[in-house]
Order: sequence, then structure tokens, then C-alpha cells
Amino acid sequence: MSVTLQINGVQHQLEVSEDTPLLWVLRDHIELTGTKFGCGIAMCGACTIHLDGQPVRSCSMPVAAAVGRQITTIEGLASNAAARAVQDAWDELQVPQCGYCQSGQIMSATALLSENSSPDDAAIDAAMSGNICRCATYPRIRSAIKSASEKLS
Amino acid sequence: MLHRIQSSPAATMRTSRRGFLKLVAGTGAGLTLAVNMPAVAADSSATGANSAGNVDVHAFVRITPDDTVVVMIKHLEMGQGTFTGLTTLIAEELDARWDQLQPEHAPVDTARYKNLHWGAQGTGGSSAIANAFTQMRIAGATARAMLIGAAAELWQVARRDISVSQGVVSHTASGRSATFGELATAAANQPIPAQDSLRLKDPADFIYIGKENLRRKDTGKTNGTAVFTQDIQLPGMLVAVVAHPPRFGSEVTGFDASDALKVKGVVNAVQIPSGVAVLAKDTWAAMQGRDALKVEWDHSQAYRGNSTDMMADFRKRSEKSGPVASSRGNTSSVLGQAEKVISSSFQFPYLAHATMEPMNCVALINDTGCELWNGEQLQTIDQAVVAANLGLPADKVKINTLFAGGSFGRRANPNSDYVLEAVQIARQVKGTPVKLVWTREDDTRGGYYRPAYVHRVEAALDADGLPLAWQQRIVGQSIAQGTAFEAFMIKDGIDSTSVEGAANLAYSVPNLRVELHTVKLPVTVQWWRSVGHTHTAFSTEVVIDQLAKAAGKDAVAYRLALLKEHPRHAGALKLVAEKSGWGKPLAKGHYHGVAVHESFNSYVAQVAEIAVHEDGTFTVEKVTCAVDCGVAVNPNIIRAQMEGGIGYGLSAALMSEITLEDGQVQQSNFHDYQVARMRHSPQIEVHIVPSAEAPTGVGEPGTPPIAPAIANALAAATGEWQTVLPLKGARL
Ligand code: FES
Ligand code: FES
Repeated sequence: MSVTLQINGVQHQLEVSEDTPLLWVLRDHIELTGTKFGCGIAMCGACTIHLDGQPVRSCSMPVAAAVGRQITTIEGLASNAAARAVQDAWDELQVPQCGYCQSGQIMSATALLSENSSPDDAAIDAAMSGNICRCATYPRIRSAIKSASEKLS
Repeated sequence: MLHRIQSSPAATMRTSRRGFLKLVAGTGAGLTLAVNMPAVAADSSATGANSAGNVDVHAFVRITPDDTVVVMIKHLEMGQGTFTGLTTLIAEELDARWDQLQPEHAPVDTARYKNLHWGAQGTGGSSAIANAFTQMRIAGATARAMLIGAAAELWQVARRDISVSQGVVSHTASGRSATFGELATAAANQPIPAQDSLRLKDPADFIYIGKENLRRKDTGKTNGTAVFTQDIQLPGMLVAVVAHPPRFGSEVTGFDASDALKVKGVVNAVQIPSGVAVLAKDTWAAMQGRDALKVEWDHSQAYRGNSTDMMADFRKRSEKSGPVASSRGNTSSVLGQAEKVISSSFQFPYLAHATMEPMNCVALINDTGCELWNGEQLQTIDQAVVAANLGLPADKVKINTLFAGGSFGRRANPNSDYVLEAVQIARQVKGTPVKLVWTREDDTRGGYYRPAYVHRVEAALDADGLPLAWQQRIVGQSIAQGTAFEAFMIKDGIDSTSVEGAANLAYSVPNLRVELHTVKLPVTVQWWRSVGHTHTAFSTEVVIDQLAKAAGKDAVAYRLALLKEHPRHAGALKLVAEKSGWGKPLAKGHYHGVAVHESFNSYVAQVAEIAVHEDGTFTVEKVTCAVDCGVAVNPNIIRAQMEGGIGYGLSAALMSEITLEDGQVQQSNFHDYQVARMRHSPQIEVHIVPSAEAPTGVGEPGTPPIAPAIANALAAATGEWQTVLPLKGARL
């Protein structure tokens, strides 16, 4: 089918079957490869994007469900103040190791801080435990979220 | 431009630790590869300039007129920080500006880019900084001398009056100065100075080595621009997803692709030795095509065993004596006469690496050669294996090395498993680039696991409670057997990767005997972050804790008394005891456990603090870690690697396990192959032992101590040691 998507503020029209997961539309059709494939079953968070500002696992969302909504990927985060604070904190604290999970981590952390500008440890656990990092950068992710939170308030 | 590759002969590494790679045309079985890796002694001095042999500056440093210093990185950046670490070494001796340095992965060229510990090009064994420390510094110092030579000629002044700082070459008396970029072309035409004319910096003068807050050089990882194999898109490229055998040893007898070909975007299906590949225009189509494929398998030669029986068999073997890995004194007779003998049996499951980026590889094959895009960890071997498979000379196989989304050993497959799979697909569609994509399920079930093991330890105490005899039997598969690494890893039938960390037990025990039963099974196995130490650190550090308790001694004091010959173990242990507040009262329901272990010439001690909750579950609250890795080149990366190593070991300690039933792997994805998440992650504090010893690796050594430290903390709470991994009772 022909679908129209709003991605990072830009309108894209493409031919794709409606059950194609949004992840593969973004990666293979639009060539926005910052959003990663890790598990395909909403268990790792590598594919996290924002749909109308809410964090969503794009591997498990059919493209049809994203029509008419604002899709934001890691490539389109720059305009968001919380995102900038998160990315700066990530750079400052040198969070990434292999880096493969980090787009998803940053999308989840940005969504968290947009909802709750000073999350405690329990809130961080709840919001971030869907994002696996096999390099186990968790302690730095936690510190970076707290540091971004301080900058934002 | 400081770039004259054609005119400079390939580097010859003259070094006492030089290894070499032998390619032998096999007898019908294809190609045999043998890597000879002599025993590596750590460099005794931090500045010993001669151990790197002759260093080819042009292979590693290229200065461009726009003032960029391109640094060729011979080791894969898979998260462990090679881009930053190797760049630090060059920057230090070159006196470059940090922001002008631009690392790139080196191409495959074994002569120039071999790992000096191996003789082959590749990354592993926590060897990147250890093998390249002096080599990279010499490359930096050489380039610096050539820049000075160019300036001296240009300005007609004496070389000794020229100084270099932060990417600028200056002559103070005349007030002249020039950037590296301005001198690049002239410097490239300078003769290469003799190595013995170079003086490496005194550590007191270091500006980068050992300093905090150098920005990591593997950039693009916080904005989605870093490129991994998974991200490669080439014109006309097809994506391949493979139907793999459901059991180890199953073979394809036939397939029907008619339904697969009905999936929009699917263009082809081809048989390969490891299954049937579906080729499509995009990943989702290839995945759906693979699911629609009907494959007939012949299971007659397949492995049909299950984990319970396998472990029972391993346990039975552990009761009998086996080939000796190391021995001193007269262990069996001392044990036979001893009054107090403590026996423990340990069990370790298969473990998948579960890298965040599942295995993948892009291959393009045409009549002239083969080009690969891969998170490439074993360049020399993969190049040779692929060349042999295609009947090409090795230099017709080009490899583009990309960032790897983790490896933990998985991408260093001695059989080139997934790389060869990509090649075997691509050779059937010549001229078309193919991206092989493994799903998480393929990756979890694809074998090459950390082998399962059983250990049995019997230890006798003397009247003072000190260990008198220690007998340890290890049962499990060999990682090196049948691979290119066999020649130097297996001696007299003992695979060193099965016994490392136990055969060389650091504690002073007068009678020690370590035996190994190597079991042959069709389940494929491979190194997994810290290799043999993943299991030997657990059994040895639990047993030593049991002995301390039996002797009525404090666990740290008991260890220290037995480590008099091993000051670096003791140093790490003392530091961690001090920093963790060992022996001081803890919050109610909290317990400490300790472990210390050397691996890859680095010494790591950890204290785990656990909390036992009312419902009986426990959580790991805090880990204090002390590491002695010689000169700390990048303290921030060392801390990051300890944190990561602990987190990786935490998954194995608390939850991860691959099991088999009727030969089939029971786990498939992160819902049943569980790994540590944010909510499981403890607070981690890392302390670095100050040292002037030669630097050693940090990618792996953080992993071994965490599981025994947790098990020992649990024993402090319950009085009993769990000896089967993963441990029971963690709050997941
Ligand atoms: S790829 Fe979507 S959650 Fe793992
Ligand atoms: S940084 Fe490697 S998986 Fe998170």
C-alpha cells in the first residue's frame, strides 16, 4: 500500500506492505539507520523511537499504525531540549562502548526526562529496563540521566 | 603528506615475541591455518623501545595538509576503546592536538598490522594496548622527528632547537612556527630516522597517557551516525536471511521456496552448506521469506542430547582421574591421608555471547575478487579462509572493518562461520552485494557458545587451616581443538583455554594437581569474554572462601596470607578491601563477598555487596573493583571496561543459560536468554592500582571475579555456597 509518514518533521510517501514493522521502513526504505535492530520482539529497546513523543519499540509496530502521527528518530532529536541535554551528558560521561544500543537508550532517556524532569533511581529503573546494553553501560546511563536532569532544571 | 606507502618496505617486526602464521594447503579437508603464538611475557619496562621491532610509521600515521592526523587502528573497535587507546599512544609521542587526530580502521595487511602477540592480524585476548604500546609510541615519535626534520631544513636551523607542542612545530629563537599540516608534504619526504635515534618520553612528561577526560575517539555513537555492518547499504544490495539447521549436525536434503518467492521483495533462495538463504530487496522481506521457506532436514547425524544428561555425564567423568594440566608435590597421597578435606562440584552452562548487534556481514564477489564489510576481528584468518573457499589469492579478499556492536569474542570465530556464510551466498549471485543478517533467534541458537563445564575440587587443610593440597578436575569441550589456534593453545592434549586460571592457581598450596577431561561434542564452542577464566575464577575463588571459613579466618586476610609470592594480586585485594570498607558493619540484610583473579596479565579484585530481601530474593547493590593493569593509559576507559566486564559477568552469574533438549537449543531471544538490565545493575566503583609496569589489557579481566564475589556474599548470608551457575534466588 502507499503510506505517508511524518518522520523528523519531513513527509515521506512510500509503497510498502502495511504489516511491515516501522523499524524496517525507517532503516531499509528511508535509510535512517540510527535506529537499530536488536531482537525484533520488543525485548531489547535498540529500535526505540518516539511516536507523538512517546517511546515505542519500532520493531513491533506495523507501519500502518504510525500513519498520521509524528515519528521522531535519533536523527531528528536535535530540536528537543531534553534530548540535547541527554546527548551532552552521554558525551560528557562517555557512556557508549560499542554504541549499538545507544540510540535506543537516548530515545528512552529523552522520553523519560520529558515526562519527569527529576527521575529517582526507581523511575530510571522503570523507564530504562526495557533497553538492554550488552556492554553494560548502565551505571553511566544512570549518572548521565541524573546529570541531564540537573542541567534541565 | 607524510604518506609514502609505496616506497617503504613492509615492516619487519624483529621481536622476541614474534609469532608467525602458517598457511598449509590441506589434504582434501581444504585449508589448514596455524597461528603460532609464543608465550607472551609482559614488557618489563613501560618505555622499553626495542620490543616493538622496526615500526613502519607510514602504516600508522598520515598527516594531511588540512592538519588532520589520520591514525590507522589495527584493532577492532567493538566497544573496548581501541580507537581512543591506540590514538592516545601516537598522540603522546607526536605531541599532536587531541582534536586533530582522526582514527580509522586499518585495512587487512598482515605484514603491517599484525598483532605483535600473535603474528596474525586480529584483536582479542585483551591484547590491543599490551601489544601495541611501544609500537604506536615509536610510530608517533618517528612522525614527530620527521616533522622536526622538515622544519629544520625549511628554516635552516638546528633540529635540537625545535620544539613540538599541541600540533605546532616551533623555533623559539627565530619566532618561527608551523602546523603539522603546513609541514606534512615536506615531512613525508624526510628520511625515516633510525629507531635508536628516537627517545620516547619519560612517563613524567606524559600529556595524554594516564590523563582523565580525553574524549573517546569512536564518535557518532550518541547521534545515530556511527556505522555498523548492519547499516551498510550498497546499490543493488540484497539482504539474506538463512534457515539454519535446527540441530548441530543436521543437513539440508531439499527445500521448496515457492511460498518464500511469493513474498513481495523476495528474489531468490539458494542452498549453502549451513542451510538455505532467502535473498530479498529488504530485511523484512528476507525474514518473511525465510519463514515461508520449506526445508527438509536430515537429522540422522545430528546431536540429540540434552543438558541434564550432559551434565550428569560430565560429573561422572569428574570423579575419575584425567590428563594432567599442572602438578606439584604429591596431591593424591596428601589428600588420601588428610583429616580435613573439603569437596565441591561446580557446574557451568553454555553461554551465548548475545552481542547487541546480531552477527552479520556484507559480501560482494565478482570475477576479480571479494570485498567484505564486517565488524572484523580476525583479519588474517578470515581473509585466508575466504580466499581458500573462493580459490583466490589472499590479496584479492578486501576487508572493510566497521565498528562492531559488541563481540565479547564472538566475531573472532576461528572457522569464520558467519563470514563464510555470507561469502557462500554471495558467490551464487556474483556482482550483487549481499548483506547477511542473522535474527536474534539465529544468533542465540547459532552455537559457538562458552562451553559448559563441570569442575570438581578437593582441598585438604593443615592443622593451621592452611591449604595443604588442592586437586581440581575440569570437564568440558575444547575451544581450540580443530582450529588454527590449536598449535599454540593445546600442549600435550591440554587446551590451555580450559584450565587457565586454575592450572596456575596463585595461592600457595604445596600440593597442587589440575586435571582436564576434554569432551568431544557437536555443539560448537568459542571464547567468551575472559575465556577459561569465566569458570576457573568461580571455582577457585569459591573454594578459597570455603577454606577460609573452615579455617575460621577472614576471607581477605586468608587470601593475603597465601598470596605472598603474588604482590599484584595482593595489591589489588588490599585496595578493594580498603575502598569497600571490608570488615566494617553493613546495613541490615546486606553482605559482602570478595574475589580476586588475574587474567591476561591484569589483576582484578572485587567486593560485591548484596541485599537479601524479605521474600528471600537477593539483589546486587554495589560492586567495588580494584584493577592493576600496569601503566593506566586511559583511566576512563579502564573504569568503563571494569564496569562493562562486571555487567557482562553479572548476566552469567544471575540469569543467562543455554540449554539443550533433544539436541535443540531451548532459548531463542531475550525473553528466555535473559541478560542484565538497568534494574539489575549495581552501583560500581572502580579503583586503579598505581603502577609503572607495562600496560596490560582491560577488555576481559573485569568479568571473572564478579560471579564468585556474589556467590561468596550469598554464602556470607546463608552459610552455604551455590556451585551451579546461574545462581538461584536473584530478584529478576
Ligand atoms: S529490536 Fe525492537 S525491541 Fe529489540
Ligand atoms: S554500548 Fe554496546 S550494547 Fe550498549
